[in-house]
Amino acid sequence: MSQVIDQKKLTRKDFSTDQDVRWCPGCGDYSILANVQRVMPEVGVMPDNMVWVSGIGCAARFPYYMDTYGFHTIHGRAPAFVTGIKATNPELNVWLASGDGDSLSIGGNHLLHCLRRNLDVRILLFNNRIYGLTKGQYSPTSEVGKVTASTPVGSADQPVDPCSFALGCNGTFVARSIDVEAKHLAGVLKRASEHRGTAFVEIYQNCNVFNDGAFKSFTDKDNKLDNQLRVENGQPLLYGKDNRRGLRLDPKTLALETVTIGENGVTEADLLVHDESNGVIASLLVRMPRPTFPVAIGVLFRTERTTYDESLRQQKQAVVDRAGANDLEALLNSGNTWEV
Amino acid sequence: MAAQPEPAGSGERSSNTPKTIIGAVVRFAGDSGDGMQVTGDQFTTTAAVLGNDLATFPDFPAEIRAPAGTLYGVSGFQINFASKDVFTPGDRPDVLVAMNPAALKTNLPDLVPGGLLVVNADAFSPQNLKKAGYEKSPLEGSELEGYQVLSVDITKHTVNAVKPTGLSVKEANRCKNFWTLGLMYWIYNRPLELTLEWLQKKYAKRPDVVEANSLALKAGHAFGETVELGYQRYEVPAAPVTKGKYRNIAGNTATSWGLVAAAQLSGLEVVLGSYPITPASTILHELSKHKHLGVTTIQAEDEIAAACIAIGASYAGGIGVCTTSGPGMALKMEAIGLAISVELPLVIVNIQRAGPSTGMPTKTEQADLLQAVYGRNSEAPLCVIAASTPGDCFHMAIEAVRLATKFMTPVVLLTDGYLANGAEPWLIPKVEDLPKIDVNFRKEAEGFHPFLRDPETLARNWAIPGTPGLRHRIGGIEKDHDSGHISYDPQNHERMSQVRATKIANIAKFVPEQKIGLGDDHGKLLVLGWGSTYGAIREAVRNCRDRGLSVSHAHLNYLFPFPRNLGDVLSRFDRVLIPEMNMGQLVKLIRSEYLIPAESYPKIQGQPFRIEELEDRIRKTLEN
Repeated sequence: MSQVIDQKKLTRKDFSTDQDVRWCPGCGDYSILANVQRVMPEVGVMPDNMVWVSGIGCAARFPYYMDTYGFHTIHGRAPAFVTGIKATNPELNVWLASGDGDSLSIGGNHLLHCLRRNLDVRILLFNNRIYGLTKGQYSPTSEVGKVTASTPVGSADQPVDPCSFALGCNGTFVARSIDVEAKHLAGVLKRASEHRGTAFVEIYQNCNVFNDGAFKSFTDKDNKLDNQLRVENGQPLLYGKDNRRGLRLDPKTLALETVTIGENGVTEADLLVHDESNGVIASLLVRMPRPTFPVAIGVLFRTERTTYDESLRQQKQAVVDRAGANDLEALLNSGNTWEV
Repeated sequence: MAAQPEPAGSGERSSNTPKTIIGAVVRFAGDSGDGMQVTGDQFTTTAAVLGNDLATFPDFPAEIRAPAGTLYGVSGFQINFASKDVFTPGDRPDVLVAMNPAALKTNLPDLVPGGLLVVNADAFSPQNLKKAGYEKSPLEGSELEGYQVLSVDITKHTVNAVKPTGLSVKEANRCKNFWTLGLMYWIYNRPLELTLEWLQKKYAKRPDVVEANSLALKAGHAFGETVELGYQRYEVPAAPVTKGKYRNIAGNTATSWGLVAAAQLSGLEVVLGSYPITPASTILHELSKHKHLGVTTIQAEDEIAAACIAIGASYAGGIGVCTTSGPGMALKMEAIGLAISVELPLVIVNIQRAGPSTGMPTKTEQADLLQAVYGRNSEAPLCVIAASTPGDCFHMAIEAVRLATKFMTPVVLLTDGYLANGAEPWLIPKVEDLPKIDVNFRKEAEGFHPFLRDPETLARNWAIPGTPGLRHRIGGIEKDHDSGHISYDPQNHERMSQVRATKIANIAKFVPEQKIGLGDDHGKLLVLGWGSTYGAIREAVRNCRDRGLSVSHAHLNYLFPFPRNLGDVLSRFDRVLIPEMNMGQLVKLIRSEYLIPAESYPKIQGQPFRIEELEDRIRKTLEN
């Protein structure tokens, strides 16, 4: 079933199974899969030491197509399974593929706790703002008023922004990319693979059957440059066709504003400079209203914090150092005993 | 059944020579803050060291800090100790210690007629009487006629006794449980030394507390001695028990230690995912202390996550365990279904409590049997076993891990609130006598697919991530029997369903045959039980047999599948009676499996069976 692989010559093929890929033709998932398989050889982990875990939904089919270890679990709970896997074998390199319903509706609780614990896992959230596998109901990221099979007169719920949620949960790595932006996506995945802790990556993914064109306003060739802000650590927040549009912080309102270099005396020096380690900037970037502002993509926030699995290991070691290992006899004979 | 103290004649002043009796049941009851659990524990330790057989049961209020003096704030502790085998904490106390009116009101109905009632008269203030719903003090009316009443100003005596330490009245007041314990030690002719030593150790950093409690203990004892109480003293000699080293153990501690032992015996890490829930939480607490013994504990975000964490652990090569109670069990069912589908080991310990919904979390019940056996979507068989006594929890926890890993299946271990908190003396096992748990991970890449099965057990091979060359995908979608790939083939689904069912049914070949625990292997009546009813049924059957009735007792540890000879065992009796703390769940399984008219004796009061109730039922059944 699996071949023994020489690490030095890992290729995309080494991460691809022989299973037929069963997403709808034209689905954004194909592009994500291709990019993931392309990036994997660069991650530096043997497929035998890698595990892909998923919940339920279109995105959750992902593990079947990755020639690594894979566990397709139950709806929304993948982060909990990963917690058990990493607590048992912290050496494994674990990835989680999920969707907006799986992660933020039925699984919101588990995602919250995974992020706050900083479990060492890379979470890819394919956000298509719709339920695909159950055939087209609105999702927790759908816009208000979404007309679907279950909401014929429009949905009443406010959507949640995945990256805002991740920041609010004290996530240590929060990034965003787009299914069709192959190069950008590959770069973000590579960065995620290097992070120790929960690396949360939201990927805008087009569902061409139930929610086609959901991200058109910033993915169409004609207008994407004016609507995508590609953040780079240490670089001013610039965007636009001629790269002259930018973001400036109004110190009085602590709000962002869009400006144009050369207009009203604005120079590049006036622009906000991206700092991945700055949670305040990240919070502003993920909450920019459309269409006034562009959509920020890239690594929005990154910090370092001890991972959950490492904390478990350290605690265990501390107890072993203090109490010594493996004395069951002593446990059974501890406390009050008597001889008859 | 413990012998009852003879009512001491009111006119007769005894010589204070202790009278030897077979045993007694004593209940300490007071306000949550009165220290009744500590008192009970100390009385228990002393009885154990003197060689009595015993069983204990604490009964604490559901409220964490119930308002003082209220009926729902009453905390109790009962001990049955004897010079013969003891199987239950006793039906009814022979002696009731009531530290306040509320304790008297809630516990008096249980006291045997003519029993000794010790009350703290100081606590019978108008305010406390009102809280307990008494219009006038029961110490003054006729309500207590028919009992021997020893009404003492315990608070006053205690405060006087500890005066030399200079403690405040409030702190001195808190020593009154030790004064009472001293008096009980006098009545049962017990030495004070063990408790004095315990105080020294326990409060090593508070010499004033040690001194005060020691003074109170001695004063209570001296009170009995010097006041020349007209009450009979008793002597309960040592019981003829198996030689060896003993300790007292509660069911949840035994379950925890069984899981620790399983980690050692298998060489695998036990990974516990658990969400706090009464009455299971103390297992999470206990296991969290033993990180150096091959145990990892994770307090999960919810019950579902707890099950998923455990399954993730098993997937990665650990022993995934979750501990819970009924409502938590309900939440875990989808995840358990996944473990059945992907055929991974998983141990779920359900400490049953009274339900449905929140029910009565601190009260006991056995009503999750059908949930354990059948409570999942579709055909989802797993193995269900149960523990019979607090000490048995240790061995059944090991057995749960052995079966889960041998058959690559979830195993539900059922205990209940009564076993969890009840305690008994336990012959400490030698580690080298415990059975090793053999676990073999698949290593060989040649010919591998994830659903290859052992021809004997039908268990699939356990191939853990990180093993070179064994990369594979598993999941909850139906799998092809011959490759493990996703399959919607109709014939394959039927075949896989049958394989999963056969695998579980085959477990019967690998567990002990059912034995008759007490009595002949044939006769008029078999009383068949499971779980925590063991002690009560055994004593009831023993008493009935002593009176010449044709009745035997068999107790099930294996509930799904049943032991392979169970049908044969049942067929040798004219009638089968099944007492259960539910509305009749085992009886349904037995009837449907063996097509016999087994009779149900249900009890659903959040309370264990009394021995006398069972005797009565056995007698009536045999008369009909």
